[in-house]
Amino acid sequence: MLERRHAIAALLANRRDDLLIVSGLGSPTYDVASVKDDDRNFHLWGAMGGAAMVGLGIALARPNRRVAVITGDGETLMGLGALATVGVQKPANLAIVVFDNGLYGETGSQPSHTNGTVDLVQAATACGIGFTMDVNDDAGLARLAGLLATFTQTLFARVAITPTEPPRVLPSRDGVALKLRFRAAAGSARARRGDTAG
Amino acid sequence: MTASERVAEPDWPDQLFAVLKAADVRQVGYVPDAGHARLIELCAADPAIRHVVLTTEEEGVALAAGAWLGDQRAALLMQSSGVGNCINMLSLITSCRFPLVMIVTMRGEWAEFNPWQVAMGSIVEPVLRLADVHCYRVERAEEVADVAAAAIDLAFGGDIAVAIVLAQRLIGRKVWVK
Repeated sequence: MLERRHAIAALLANRRDDLLIVSGLGSPTYDVASVKDDDRNFHLWGAMGGAAMVGLGIALARPNRRVAVITGDGETLMGLGALATVGVQKPANLAIVVFDNGLYGETGSQPSHTNGTVDLVQAATACGIGFTMDVNDDAGLARLAGLLATFTQTLFARVAITPTEPPRVLPSRDGVALKLRFRAAAGSARARRGDTAG
Repeated sequence: MTASERVAEPDWPDQLFAVLKAADVRQVGYVPDAGHARLIELCAADPAIRHVVLTTEEEGVALAAGAWLGDQRAALLMQSSGVGNCINMLSLITSCRFPLVMIVTMRGEWAEFNPWQVAMGSIVEPVLRLADVHCYRVERAEEVADVAAAAIDLAFGGDIAVAIVLAQRLIGRKVWVK
């Protein structure tokens, strides 16, 4: 098992310019923000169960950019059907990375369904996601970090993390600001033309 | 299919499709629905539109937000029962002021055989309004295209969430015993 801040730092240490990130609410949002306050991050503060689908919408809209959804086990479980939807679409440029500590860290560390029962890697496989990884150590982490720069098919990775609660790093909670800066960083033609309200 | 059967089919789904095309909608998320069957078929046949079958309607709300982040326009097709599935996810739309276009086929309000449809059908519009989604109800076939085009302009021009609510009478009676 891996410590979560060590894991996120390793995954994003050599982040490519073209990698767009959606972070799931709670600790994954703090984890992604802890690496760098980056305009290419869209941080969710709510919409539990929606992270993978936000990532899918971006990936389908921008086939020339890689998109990584970095989220938690509880957030994934709330939208488990999204794995089925992603499995049908099979976007070559979407990676879903689940930091799995088997508990709900925001609410008092109650055990989640992955705590001894549900296997998210098998779930992703069953949903038709052809390339999956179960990351438990630094070697696996290094391989996944490399793949985030090069993957060419839908990727699902479960990263086993220890149930620690590092100091929170809070990005902006202003959804409109997060949206606008992401669209500008992602090179939105409409944002450049300024022909919409935002 | 004979020519007379083709004539008997309503034209408004084709008009709705033309409105979506004119608005440059590129992603269409849907949970299959009989009232939307023709429109789904048209979207699926169009190589410029990515049709995304969903397991639940709330996935489509998040999909539409992602599409906009990636600079594409999306629309969601659903039945009235699916509106209830969207409610918490609509907070994503409100919090970030995303444009959203929902096209909702009504059940539970006219010539409804299944009473289980009435509970959700009867609260669709008040629930959507509470969630900051502006509702445009259409009763007559000849109004569908105009109302949809106006609502979609408002959504994408002003970062507003809209629902085009298609009355059950417009869609017609469902045949229950085959």
